[in-house]
Amino acid sequence: MADPDVRFGDVSQRTGELGILTSRAFAALLAPPYEIGQWIRQMEQIGVRSLGVGAVTTIFTGMVLALQTALSLPAIGVKYYIGSVVSKSLVRELGPVLTALIVGGRIGSGMTAEIGTMKVTEQIDALRSMAADPVKKLVAPKLAATLVMLPALTIIGDFLGILGGLLIATYTLDLAPGLYMNDVYGSLTLGDVGSGIAKSFFFAYFICIVGCYNGLTTEGGADGVGRATTNTVVLAAILVLVSDFFLTKLFYILT
Amino acid sequence: MIEAGVNETDSNGKRQAAPEALYEVRGLTKRYGDRTVLDGVDVDILRGECLVILGRSGSGKSVTLRQLNGLEKPEAGSVVFDGVELTALEERDLFPLRRRIAMLFQSGALFDSMNVFDNIAFPLREHTELTPAEIADTVGEKLAMVRLKDVEEKMPSDLSGGMRKRVALARSLALQPEVVLFDEPTTGLDPMTAATIGKLINTIQKELGVTAVVVTHDIPLARRVGDRIAYLSGGKFCFIGDWQAADREKDAELADFLAGREEDEDAA
Repeated sequence: MADPDVRFGDVSQRTGELGILTSRAFAALLAPPYEIGQWIRQMEQIGVRSLGVGAVTTIFTGMVLALQTALSLPAIGVKYYIGSVVSKSLVRELGPVLTALIVGGRIGSGMTAEIGTMKVTEQIDALRSMAADPVKKLVAPKLAATLVMLPALTIIGDFLGILGGLLIATYTLDLAPGLYMNDVYGSLTLGDVGSGIAKSFFFAYFICIVGCYNGLTTEGGADGVGRATTNTVVLAAILVLVSDFFLTKLFYILT
Repeated sequence: MIEAGVNETDSNGKRQAAPEALYEVRGLTKRYGDRTVLDGVDVDILRGECLVILGRSGSGKSVTLRQLNGLEKPEAGSVVFDGVELTALEERDLFPLRRRIAMLFQSGALFDSMNVFDNIAFPLREHTELTPAEIADTVGEKLAMVRLKDVEEKMPSDLSGGMRKRVALARSLALQPEVVLFDEPTTGLDPMTAATIGKLINTIQKELGVTAVVVTHDIPLARRVGDRIAYLSGGKFCFIGDWQAADREKDAELADFLAGREEDEDAA
């Protein structure tokens, strides 16, 4: 996407290839044998190691949300509704999107770098020559791990964001913690929570499939790996932001 | 030009009982964009022989080798392995055949994330029902075959170039293949290590009776291991035959290549 010389034929070819990789990856994920050990290793790599960056992102976003909302509209007493503003915006929107952008950038580029390096050093060909399917061995465990861990990180991020808002509400805006939490419980619906988590499944799929696809199609040594990695970060971010708009519309219709 | 390996006749014009061809390659054509790399390659590879594919850089040697286990598909032509047409098969249908056709890559292509033991055990875990103890025995046996010991726990990045090639060779032998495809097995190695690799190829080819196809620029290696050589030029094999025939061959390019003479700049 960053390449100015993108032609329509290339875009349609890549879209088709992404579709084929998607169907092969889900087929490999569902077909036994299940490489549970690999899945768990990937979950540790993708999920547990992203916990810190995800936590910092969402806790500070919750704090900023609380501060900005209260300070920008002081006259109309918005601070008494901080709980609903912070929780609604975080759970429906900012939690899933920011987690996908920050954690997705980290894990998507990691996938491209790993698979891309394997591609340019003939390790992917070595897998194929030993009658092993690279999609089953490399893509499926990453897809399983991302589909589990990104929604999990989003849920944790939502909690931490609301906690960040609580800290600001209590210590900066002098609001009683009970009032803030009451507002959170009163305003959040199951639809809010469900739509946020559902979004993160779509984001997880986009990030993983783009990361793996760019890795598998890497050409041209270390330079190629660098370009493919950058491409993943840009394309995954764009897909997350664009799909977020359509998913938001869809979930408002559904809920 | 001498063409051998297909319908050879003796001095009386009678057809000889030719050794069985394991591979029959016909009219193989491969293009990358506008560039035609292979332009109708024909060759038979006989069961149990060591065929060395020679040619200048960029002549399509490795591309030819990658057609022999279906890693790449040609635009036209056929590759028949033991009666099975490879070019018509889907990736998944190639898997049973790839267990019989091992490949040693130019870089070794060991998995960076695994140690030597896990690299060699990979095909065994993937395709056999062996117990962990049996896998350990097989890994030890394959490492002994390539004259390595006490390296099981090392990571590929801790090994020298020659050791990496030997571990890769051990991994390629794990499933007891019928064919081993060698892509530039001595590139980047010093002459003594290269000679060791040559000796290993000789040993495994003779002891295990595997059919070997070796792509190389290394003439001493080619002379050491090759039963026949095939010289690729202009997208075709312009010579296929044994070393005696190659040394008698009048073709200027092949003679220059074998003698290591510099290219004619006017012609180039």
